[in-house]
Amino acid sequence: MKYSLFSLARNALSHHERWPRAWRSPPPKQFYDVVIIGGGGHGLATAYYLARNHGITDVAVIEKGYIGGGNTGRNTTIIRSNYYLEPNAHFYEHSLKLWEGLSADLNYNVMFSQRGVVNLAHSYADLDNYSRRGNAMRLNGIDAELLTREEVSGMVPLLDCSSTARYPIMGGLLQRRGGTARHDAVAWGYARAADAGGVDIIEQCEVTGLRRDGNRIVSIETTRGVIRAKKIGLAVAGHSGHIAGMAGLRLPIETHVLQALVSEPVKPVLDTVVTSGAVHFYVSQSDKGELVLGGDLDMYNSYGQRSNLPPVEHAVQALLALFPSFSRLRMLRTWGGVMDMSMDGSPIIGKTPLDNLYLDCGWCYGGFKATPASGWCFAHTIANDQPHELNAAFTLDRYGLGKAIDEKGGGPYPWVH
Amino acid sequence: MLSIPCPYCGPRDVTEFSYGGDGNVRPPTGPDAASEAAWSAYVYLRANPRGVHEELWQHSAGCRRWIRVTRNTLTHEMHGSAPARASAAAS
Amino acid sequence: MTQRFRLASGGLVDRSRPCAFSFDGRDLQGYAGDTLASALLANGVHLVGRSFKYHRRRGIFGAGAEEPNALVQLETGARTEPNTRATQIELYDGLTAASQNRWPTLDRDAGAIYNVFSRLLPAGFYYKTFMWPRSWWLRYEHVIRHAAGMGQSPRAPDPDHYAHRHAHCDVLVAGGGPAGLTAALAAARTGARVIVANDDFEWGGALLREAVEVDGRPGLEWIRNAVAELATYPDVTLLARSTVFGYFDHNLLGVVQAVHPRASHAPRQRLWKVRAKQVVLAGGAIERPLVFADNDLPGVMLASAVSTYVNRYGVAPGQRAVVFANNDSAYATALDLHRAGVVIAAVVDPRLDPKGELPTSARAAGIEILAGHAVARARGGKHVESVLAGPVDNGFVGAAQRELACDLLCVSGGWSPAVHLFSQSKGRLRYDERITAFVPDVSAQAERSAGAARGLFSLNRCLADGAEAGAAAAEAAGCRRISAAVPAALEVADDPMLPLWDIQSDATRTSKRFVDLQNDVTARDVALGVREGYRSVEHLKRYTTLGMGTDQGKTSNINGLAILAALIDAQIPDVGTTTFRPPYTAVTLGAIAGPEIGAHFDPVRLSPMHDTHEVAGARFINAGLWRRPMVYPRAGESDPDATNREVLAVRRKAGIVDVSTLGKIDVQGRDAATFLERVYVNRWRNLAVGKARYGLMLREDGLIFDDGTTTRIGEDRFHMTTTTANAGRVMSHLEYYLQVHWPELDVRLTSVSDHWAAVALAGPESRNVLAALTMADVGTAALPYMGYCEAIIAGVPARIFRISFSGELAYEINVPADYGAALWNALLDAGRAYELGVYGTEAMGVLRIEKGHIAGMEIDGRTTPDDVGLGGMVAADKDCIGKPLLARPALRAEDRKQLVGLVPVDGRSAIPKGAQLVVDPQRAAPNPIIGHVTSTCYSPTLIRPIALALLQRGRARHGEKLYATSPLSNTVVHVEVVPHVFYDPKGERLRA
Repeated sequence: MKYSLFSLARNALSHHERWPRAWRSPPPKQFYDVVIIGGGGHGLATAYYLARNHGITDVAVIEKGYIGGGNTGRNTTIIRSNYYLEPNAHFYEHSLKLWEGLSADLNYNVMFSQRGVVNLAHSYADLDNYSRRGNAMRLNGIDAELLTREEVSGMVPLLDCSSTARYPIMGGLLQRRGGTARHDAVAWGYARAADAGGVDIIEQCEVTGLRRDGNRIVSIETTRGVIRAKKIGLAVAGHSGHIAGMAGLRLPIETHVLQALVSEPVKPVLDTVVTSGAVHFYVSQSDKGELVLGGDLDMYNSYGQRSNLPPVEHAVQALLALFPSFSRLRMLRTWGGVMDMSMDGSPIIGKTPLDNLYLDCGWCYGGFKATPASGWCFAHTIANDQPHELNAAFTLDRYGLGKAIDEKGGGPYPWVH
Repeated sequence: MLSIPCPYCGPRDVTEFSYGGDGNVRPPTGPDAASEAAWSAYVYLRANPRGVHEELWQHSAGCRRWIRVTRNTLTHEMHGSAPARASAAAS
Repeated sequence: MTQRFRLASGGLVDRSRPCAFSFDGRDLQGYAGDTLASALLANGVHLVGRSFKYHRRRGIFGAGAEEPNALVQLETGARTEPNTRATQIELYDGLTAASQNRWPTLDRDAGAIYNVFSRLLPAGFYYKTFMWPRSWWLRYEHVIRHAAGMGQSPRAPDPDHYAHRHAHCDVLVAGGGPAGLTAALAAARTGARVIVANDDFEWGGALLREAVEVDGRPGLEWIRNAVAELATYPDVTLLARSTVFGYFDHNLLGVVQAVHPRASHAPRQRLWKVRAKQVVLAGGAIERPLVFADNDLPGVMLASAVSTYVNRYGVAPGQRAVVFANNDSAYATALDLHRAGVVIAAVVDPRLDPKGELPTSARAAGIEILAGHAVARARGGKHVESVLAGPVDNGFVGAAQRELACDLLCVSGGWSPAVHLFSQSKGRLRYDERITAFVPDVSAQAERSAGAARGLFSLNRCLADGAEAGAAAAEAAGCRRISAAVPAALEVADDPMLPLWDIQSDATRTSKRFVDLQNDVTARDVALGVREGYRSVEHLKRYTTLGMGTDQGKTSNINGLAILAALIDAQIPDVGTTTFRPPYTAVTLGAIAGPEIGAHFDPVRLSPMHDTHEVAGARFINAGLWRRPMVYPRAGESDPDATNREVLAVRRKAGIVDVSTLGKIDVQGRDAATFLERVYVNRWRNLAVGKARYGLMLREDGLIFDDGTTTRIGEDRFHMTTTTANAGRVMSHLEYYLQVHWPELDVRLTSVSDHWAAVALAGPESRNVLAALTMADVGTAALPYMGYCEAIIAGVPARIFRISFSGELAYEINVPADYGAALWNALLDAGRAYELGVYGTEAMGVLRIEKGHIAGMEIDGRTTPDDVGLGGMVAADKDCIGKPLLARPALRAEDRKQLVGLVPVDGRSAIPKGAQLVVDPQRAAPNPIIGHVTSTCYSPTLIRPIALALLQRGRARHGEKLYATSPLSNTVVHVEVVPHVFYDPKGERLRA
C-alpha cells in the first residue's frame, strides 16, 4: 500500500485496521544469490539498491536482532558532506544527494531536515582549517559558507559568543544542505522498499559461523539454519572484526564505544546542527524537542553497548561551555553505540581476499549519513565484482599501500579519528 | 567508569590512563624486519576480540608506566595487569 | 483560597509553616512538607497539563518519580526549569509554577484541536505523509517542532553552580524505604563505610504511605529511630534528596543530590561518583495503571499515590472514590480513604472472589466490592465524573454496565519492581509470573537487590530482606557480620493478583485506552504497530514512542509489553524487555557538568612570563591549552601593522619571543644516542657534545609526527624539544617504545617542559644583547651556529642554544621557570641600546614562512619528509620508527604534493588563507585541486605577500603560474610557484 495523505485518510475510516505489514517476515531459504549480513541501514540500503539498480532480487538480509537495532538506531542522526579529502567529499556528497530524494524514493518519510550544520571555529587556526576545507568543498561542488561570529550568533542565538568564553567563537563553517533525519525511519523505509523489491528480511538470525573452502565462503551458519549464497556482503559495523574473524580475516579496525545522550524535550531553541572540533562535541534538537548530544569514544576497545559517565560528563561540559543557558535542562537518556574505528577514520567498502566475500565496514562515527551511498556503492561492488568509482579508494588494501584516507591526519591510531 | 588495576599504584579510575591498544603487536624483528607486509600488519592490523583482550595502557596521569591489562571487552571484567615490558621481554 | 481538600489532621506536613505559592497565576497555599502536587490537590487542583500529542487534559496521576502527567515549568527567568515533576518538587514559600504545552491557557488550549483530528494521527503517521512536495518537509517540520517539545528552556545562563564529589564506600544503599533502611542499619552495625541515598526529602519510602506498625510501634516512629541510629555512625553518610541515577562499570554509581537548605554560596546540586565495594538496590516498586477507555481523565490516579496523599500529606484527592484494582494492595487505599472520610462508591476487582485480609477488612468496613468486574470506561468532561463498570470476561466488559458516580478513580494493575539500576548494571532479569513483572535474577556486578525491588511486596519480608542484604553486603566488603534483631511487621495474607492488561468493551473504537500517558500512546497504537510489523519491542517502542517520555515509561512498560505479547500470541518474557538506560530519572545537565564549565571547561596554561606580556599589552591567542601573546600592538596600531613592525625589528635589529611552550624532554642514559637514532630519521651518535641538531620524527606509518631541535648536553644526556602541540604525545610515544619494546635500553626520560622558561633572542644585534648580559664568550668561534653552552645570564644560570627559527642570528635561552620574567626583563633592558623589540606568534609565523620553515600546517599528518623537502634527512644507513613503511610506493609517488613557495604574480594581492590551487579557476565543479596553501602572510621583509603551499609535483613546477582560489571569499589570485625558502636561502644570516 502506497503511503499518502489519501491512504492515511482512507485507513482512518477503517480505524487503521487495514494497514499491511511494512515488510514481510519470511523464513530463510537455503540459498540466495546474495546474502547481506547485517540489517542496519547499510545492509538494508545495499539490498534495496541491489534490487533497484542491478535487478538482483534473490537477496536476503540477515539480522541477529531486529533491523536498525545497532548504530542505525543509536546515532545522533547528523547528515553532512563537509569533507576535505576528495574520496570522502565525492562519496558523502553523493550520499547527501540521495538523502535529498530519499523520502520520495522510498515512499517513507525519513524526515530529512536540511537545517544546516555549523562547525564552530574557536581560533585563527580553526578558521584557517575551515577555509581550506570549505574551499575544497566548493571546488568539489559541495555547498559551504564561512560565517563570521555575528552570523553564527544570528543563527544560533543561545550560543555564548562572548570573547571571554574559554573557547571563544570566531566564526564557523556552514553547510546549509546538511541536517538530520529520523534514524529508525531510514531502516524501516529501506526495509519496506527492499521487501517490496523482493528482498527477504530475516530478523533474529544470528551468524554463528562462516564455512570457508579455500578462497570462498561456502555457507553461513546461523541460528536459523545454514544459508548458502553466491555472494556474501558484510555490513555489520561495530562487529566487523568479530564476523570477519569467522572467515579468518584480521581487519585494520578496533571496536570502540561512542557515547550519546538526549535531554528532556523543550520547545524549539536550536534550529541548526552545531559541532565543535575543539571541544569534541555536536548537538542538535530533535523534532520531538530533545537536545541530542554526541561526545567522545570511551577510548578503549569495547563491545559493551552501555553508557559511561566520563564521556557523558565531557559532552555536557562542552554543551554548557557553548550554551550556558541549557544548564537547567535535564539529561533524559544516555547510551553507547559500538563503532568500527578504522586506522584512518575512513570506511572500507570493497572486496576482500576471499572471492565471494565483500566488506562494508570501518564507519567510525560517520556511518549514518553514509547510509544511502554506502548501500549504493556496496550494491554496485557486489553486483559487478568491482567497486563503483565513488568507493574505489576505500579498499581494504589501501593501508598496506600507503593510501590511507586520513581526514584528520591523526595516523594509524583508531581512537583519534 | 572502569577501574584499572595499575600494578604499580593499585586500582585507579580509567580517567588517569591513556589507551595503547592491542598489547600483542610488536615491531617485526629478525627476518621479518625487512618485510613491508610484516610492518603493515604491525601498524594496521589489530586483534579485536569480543571477549578477553590483552591491551596496553599508560598510567599517564599517575606513574607514567605503560602496563599490560587483560580485560573482557564485552563485560569489562578485569583479568589482571602487569608491567608492559614483562611480556614483551619474554617473547 | 483555602486548602479545601486538606484533612483536618494527619500527615507529615507542618501545619505551622504555611507556604504561599502560585500555579498558572493563581495564588495558593500549602504547607512545609508538601510537594507541589500535594499542595495543588489540597487546593482541589487536579488539572496540571496537556498531553504531548493530543493536548488532552491531564491531572496528577502519581506521587513520585513515576509521574507521567504533572510536568510543570518551575519558576521563571534564568532559574526556570521545564518539565519538572510536581510530585517531586518540595514546596517552598514563594514557589511559582506554570503548566506546559498549552496555549493560550491550560483550560482553553488551542492544541486540543489535535484531539479532534486524532483519527488522522495514528502512531507513525509522520512516516506516511508530509512527503509532498518534496521540498516542503522543512515547512511541515517547523509546525511539528513547535507543536512538540514540552516546557521552555531558560534563555539566560544558569545563575547557580554545581559540585562534584568522589566517594568510596563499602556499601552503597540505593533507597531509603523499609528495605533500604534495614540494609543500611545492618551494614552500619558491622562498622562498614555506608552511603545511603534516598531520592525523597523524607526517609521511609513506602512506609510513608502505609498506616502500619513496625515492631509494634507506628511506622513513622520506626523510621525516625532508624535514621537517628544511622546518624550516630561516623562512617555512615545519609543522603536525602539524592537519586542514584546510574549504575556504571566496576561498581561506580552516580548519585545526584539536591543541596538543601541552600545557603547563597552553596551549590544547587551535587553529583556524587561513588565507587562502592558492594551495592544494595532497594528502590522499591512502581504501581502499574490499568488500561481502559479514557483512563487519562484528571481524577484517575494510582491507588498508591492516593494513599500517599492521604497518609503522608493529609490530603484527600476526592470526595467520592472508586477503586479499580486487580490485586489486594489497593484495598489499603480504599481503607485509607474510608478512614479519611471519603466515600468509597465501590471497589471494582476483576477477581471473582477476593478474600485476602485487606479485602476482608474493606468488606468489614462496609465497602462494596464489585468482584469479577472491571471498569470499562471513565466518564467526564474536564474531570472524572463517573465510571462504567461491568462483569469482565477475558478482558472484555459486556453491555451490562453500571455507572458509578465519583470524582476520584484509584487504579492499580499490580506492581513492577524498580529494576532499572539492576538492569543498568547489566544484571539479567527474570519474569516472575506471580507478580507479572521482571525481577532481578543473575547479578553482573557486586550488588544485591532487596525488598520490593526484587518482588517482595510484604512489609515484613522487606524489612527482613533488607537486613539480610545489608549484612551480606558488608560481609562481602570485608566487614565482620554481627547478629542483630530484625524489625518485624504483621504479615498480611494476600490473594494472587489477576493479570488484566487491556480492557475492551463496545466503547473500544470510539475512545482511547492509554498505555503511555505522557506520550499519548494507546492500546490501539500498539495494535497498529504490531499490524504493520513493528513487533520487536524496540521497534514498537520507537514506532509508537511508547515509553520514550521523560518518565521513561515507568508506569507503561509492563502494560505495553503485555499488550504486545497478547497481540502476537507470545509470552511476556519472550517479548523481552526494553533496555533500561541511565539515568533512572532525568538529571540536571548542570549537575552532570559540575564546576568544569565556562572559563574552567579546560585548564589554561600560561608561560612563566605571562604577566610581563599582559603588562606589555599583548593580544593573546589560544594555542591548545596555552594562551600565547599573538602580537604586541601599540596604541592606535592595527594587528597587521604591529606584526610587520615586530618582524622588521628582528630582521633589522633584534627581538625576543616567549617560546616556553615548546615541549622539552631530558633524555639521559648510556643508550641515549642509540635511542634517538631509533626515534628520529637522522643520525645522533655522531653529534658532538655541545652541539644541537634539528630532528624529524615519524609515526609508525612513515608520515611526519613531530620536529624539533635536540642538543647533546653531555655524553649521555640530550635536551630534546618538541612542538608545543605535540609535547604530550611525543613524551608518551617515547615512553611507549622505551618501556614496551626496548626495555633493554638504558635511557631515562623526564618531561621538563614546565621546568624551563625559554626565550628566543633573534636578529643581527642579538649577539650584542646577549654579550651585554653574560661574562661567557658568545662569539661565533666559541658558540657557533647549532652550538650550545651553559652560562650565567643576568645572574641566572642559563642554557644557551644557538638555533634559529627566524632565519636570523639567534639564540634560544632557557632558564629555570621562576627566572623567566627576570630574564625577559633583563633582555629588554640590555636590548634597549640595540632597539630590541618583542614579538608574538604572528611575527614568529611570518619570520618562519619567509624562511620556509615547516610548522603545523605543513606537518598535517599526511606529509612525508620528502613532501616538505626534508627527504635528505632520512639516514640511509640506519632504521628508525616509521622508516620501513616510508618506503611504500604511494609515499614516494611522483604526483605527491610537495612544499613550494607562492608569490602573487601582480606582487600585491594577498594569497587567501586556506586557498586551493587550480589550473583554471573558472572551471565548473568539480574543479580538480592540485594543491593547497598551507601558510600565507604579508612579508614586510620582501614587501609582498608570500605563501607556502603543498602542490602536486611542486618542486618540478617552480616558475609555473597557477591560481590560488578561495570560493568562500570569492577571491582568486594568480600566483607563481617558487622555492619555499624566500629569505636568505643560503643561510648566511643565521651563521653570521
